[in-house]
Amino acid sequence: MLQLRDLKKSYRSPDGEVLLVVDVPSFDLEARGQVALEGRSGSGKTTFLNLIAGILKPETGSIVFDGEELVGASESRRDVFRAQHMGYVFQAFHLLGGHTALENVELGMLFGSGVDRAFAEHLLQRLGLADRMRYRPSQLSLGQQQRVALARALANKPKLVLADEPTGSLDVHHAGEALALTRELCAEQGAALLLVSHDHDVLEAFQTRYDLSKLNRAAREVPA
Amino acid sequence: MSLMRGLSSCWRIARRSLRQHALSSAVTVGSAALASGLVMSVFALSAQSREAFSGGETGFDAVLGAKGSELQLVMNTVFHLDTSPGNIPWSLYESAKTDRRVDVALPYAVGDNYQGFRIVGTTEDIFTEFQPREGEHLEFTQGSRAFDPAYREAVIGSVVAQRTGLRVGSKFLATHGVTGAGGPEHPGEYVVVGRLEPTNTPTDRVIWIPIEGIFRMDGHKLTGAGEVYEAQPGEVIPDEHKEISAVMIRTSSSGAGRMLEFEINKGDQATFAWPISESILQVFDKLGWVVLVLEGVALLVVVVAAASILASLYNTMNERRKEFAVLRALGARRHTVFSVIVIESTTIAGLGALFGGIVYFGTFSLAASIVREKTGVVLDVGMLHPALYWTPIGMLGMGALAGLLPAFKAYRTEVATTLAGGGY
Repeated sequence: MLQLRDLKKSYRSPDGEVLLVVDVPSFDLEARGQVALEGRSGSGKTTFLNLIAGILKPETGSIVFDGEELVGASESRRDVFRAQHMGYVFQAFHLLGGHTALENVELGMLFGSGVDRAFAEHLLQRLGLADRMRYRPSQLSLGQQQRVALARALANKPKLVLADEPTGSLDVHHAGEALALTRELCAEQGAALLLVSHDHDVLEAFQTRYDLSKLNRAAREVPA
Repeated sequence: MSLMRGLSSCWRIARRSLRQHALSSAVTVGSAALASGLVMSVFALSAQSREAFSGGETGFDAVLGAKGSELQLVMNTVFHLDTSPGNIPWSLYESAKTDRRVDVALPYAVGDNYQGFRIVGTTEDIFTEFQPREGEHLEFTQGSRAFDPAYREAVIGSVVAQRTGLRVGSKFLATHGVTGAGGPEHPGEYVVVGRLEPTNTPTDRVIWIPIEGIFRMDGHKLTGAGEVYEAQPGEVIPDEHKEISAVMIRTSSSGAGRMLEFEINKGDQATFAWPISESILQVFDKLGWVVLVLEGVALLVVVVAAASILASLYNTMNERRKEFAVLRALGARRHTVFSVIVIESTTIAGLGALFGGIVYFGTFSLAASIVREKTGVVLDVGMLHPALYWTPIGMLGMGALAGLLPAFKAYRTEVATTLAGGGY
């Protein structure tokens, strides 16, 4: 489903130095597959996920998703593609404070397949938030916010869910619970999961896992 | 994504944002409403006032009066405002009446009032010749009639009836002076025999009596012959002693009007104000710069309102940059977040224009009631003026323009750096 080849991305530092952040020769992910990437600080994990999501554009390389080459696509096309085929769970969740839990989930549908309130409600019910749909993020616990973020990522029925330290803000108990739910829901919805974490408990739950600092040749050049 | 679905998505986000920032949105809508209401009121009021004050020729196209200001003459006889510029001898009325260039001539004598409402002495022809509006005549309410020039009888306008409580059969004493400021009362009661249907013109505020009654009113001294003469009961008043305030004239043609104007105004005995509407228009033309300033100020207020829309949105941009980054991460394109902001600013302006209609209604109604109270001229709040549709359209345009700068800021949101905690 996802094939990455010779992917390179660099930034220019404030003093003008060009800093290579991602240099991945090859990476593949099967449809419905669940893969964990071990990413230490400075390993370029967020940049790597942003490249796959089409939020950032690499200097060179190829990202083929379901047969479509994304690297040469316009920013607008990548936005549409992301809206239709990908979900994103952020470490800080990034729920919108002015929206209720249900409205936040609906935002995940807005730019893709269109709002399906029944499905949004189904996702929240499935995640045990049936009685919290009208709550705003500030009225929810961190664990509940994480579940709303997961529901939002799944709202557009994506083929791939990208999760950047999705349990990083939770305590051990809630992190395990959240991870199980994330994996379960992705499998249930038929979405592949690419999760980045530095938490060994999280990483060990996955059969397929890679060390991003080995996968990304640029990571080895960045001090951890 | 189709255009309609795209707009629907933008509207959905914009609506929630406006709800989230309800207080600042409401304040900005309020300022836009005041601005648009003010613009509509100023433009509609100035246009309608000009039309109302210059449009009513009342069946006459000229006024003959004492040497002096044409405007004062017209204000005094057509709008029953201001003081009379002086009197003219009865002979001028007689001359006008027999002039081939004059179709109708009616004498007016003013100088008294009842509870502030002017008493105008004239002939009973007023009820057939006067036209409150083109083609219309004064109409009596049921059971009332025109005065008999041989008696102390009066016909009252509808506002007089409403405000003073006078009705057919009522008796009253005239007070000296054209205002109700406590002048001495003239002995000799007048009885109301007629009440006129409302005309929505200054006529509604007039009490009509026979002109003979003015001549014979106790205390009135006539100086038409250059010497003081006081009418005695039972004695015919010689014409040379009679004097009147003005003669309302309908000329036979515009050429006749022009000739009379030339002839009379070159002399020093009288003023011939012709055509009536031109005298009023001259005032509006002289005051044109005041109206321009008012209109300019009103338009400036719209610009200020647009600036406040810009400021209120721009000030929220920093706190909202994460929101835009999240939307972009969820697949919103740059032009989508751009559109969200423009829709928000246009919505604020649109709501402002909508509530501006209420402000307009209130402001215009208040102004119209004051104008009616002071002049009898009726301004119609329901009359369509181009400002009533151009202002909302203009407000929407200004709102959209005001949204461009903050929208551009939203457009430039970089997702990766913003979500990572960086700035623009």
